[in-house]
Amino acid sequence: MIQKIIPSVAEAVRDIANGSTILVSGFGGAGLPIYLLDALAEQGAKDLTIISNNAGNSGIGISKLIGLGQVKKMVCSFPRQPESGAFDDLYRDGKIELELVPQGTLAERIRAGGAGIGGFYTPTGFGTELAQGKDTRVIDGVNYIFETAIKADYALIKADKGDRWGNLTYHRTGRNFGPIMATAARCTIAQVNQLVELGDLDPETVVTPGIFVKRVVLLGGKS
Amino acid sequence: MIDLSKVQKRSTADIAKRIVQDIPDGAHVNLGIGQPMTISNYLPSDREILLHSENGILGMGPLATGDDIDEELVNAGKQPVTMLPGASLCHHADSFVMIRGGHIDICVLGAFQVSVKGDIANWRTGDPKAIPAVGGAMDLALGAKKLFVMMEHLTKSGESKLVKECTYPLTALAAVDCIYTDLATIAVTPEGLVAVDWIDGLSFEELQELSGVPMMRASK
Repeated sequence: MIQKIIPSVAEAVRDIANGSTILVSGFGGAGLPIYLLDALAEQGAKDLTIISNNAGNSGIGISKLIGLGQVKKMVCSFPRQPESGAFDDLYRDGKIELELVPQGTLAERIRAGGAGIGGFYTPTGFGTELAQGKDTRVIDGVNYIFETAIKADYALIKADKGDRWGNLTYHRTGRNFGPIMATAARCTIAQVNQLVELGDLDPETVVTPGIFVKRVVLLGGKS
Repeated sequence: MIDLSKVQKRSTADIAKRIVQDIPDGAHVNLGIGQPMTISNYLPSDREILLHSENGILGMGPLATGDDIDEELVNAGKQPVTMLPGASLCHHADSFVMIRGGHIDICVLGAFQVSVKGDIANWRTGDPKAIPAVGGAMDLALGAKKLFVMMEHLTKSGESKLVKECTYPLTALAAVDCIYTDLATIAVTPEGLVAVDWIDGLSFEELQELSGVPMMRASK
């Protein structure tokens, strides 16, 4: 029998080791797995590399981990946010690394990682400072730069409904990076708003098939 | 020195309305954060124009108010929004497939500088204290079929934002198709910049002098 439902958030993140690379879903607060991040803050793993669109704000979520000194490096497209203070201070002091990635390149690098593709050529960023040190190639008269895939040890994502096989649906734009991040980690952990029985999710509407998900944990609160 | 206090500059709303004239029925459009987002207030009801939001909405509606607010339904600026009947949601990779794959007809972005070749600089000024953040700008600038820029013509200190070469860090090379400012509408063509229209009370010669770069004129 397959049982991916984990009874508590603490147990869901217990084995995340120091030095892990972690994908975190979310676009601002939408789709951010806040309870899993709180549990990770409590668990205390350090020297983490966090890959997420933003670097958190207002001292919650990723911002909380950064403030607690648990994050060594951020890989993101848009770290600057209202009240992104924890990141800003450490960055200006040179105490946190930043790899800045155009948002579409970030999404595609994660998608490639999940699909077993080593890298790809994209025109995005050609001729800019974000192309420095990257291979270039002309294809059909267009300039491209080479970007490598992203894979991670863990993905922490937020979904709406989940079942014990790990099938997931999402709520509105809370979907954002969740479905692709789920594919690109060795261990994907989903916090869901609602647990459902096998068969309750219409196969036509499952967004993330359970094969991509290792752990599902129910968290109360509104979506 | 040209005295701009005597002319009526286009307001942000005027620029938005001018841009709307160039958005055809059936267009799929992405509006950048900031001034470009205000264009959504002026879309005519007799044209079906689908707004795309980089975080996975096609068919985005107006900002949400009251009971319609759902913190998980937001635009690229993270403001709560609504969806129109017929809207669809997708994940981030598919959303950027729409952008990078050339499926979005028009993108409107703000800019610090645009060069005569259509290079755009809009994501950082190079201030070492500022936190660099690029978001979807580099993808949008190159991926959309047409890139419109909405900006003030001059900086606060009176320098032209139209330049021979961008001095701020680049967002994309040769990407801009048309520039809409508080003074004029200027097309970027293989032959160079072409002033399409400009405000009353300003001559073409004055526009060119203020702009500080070579420019041709289209018939007004």
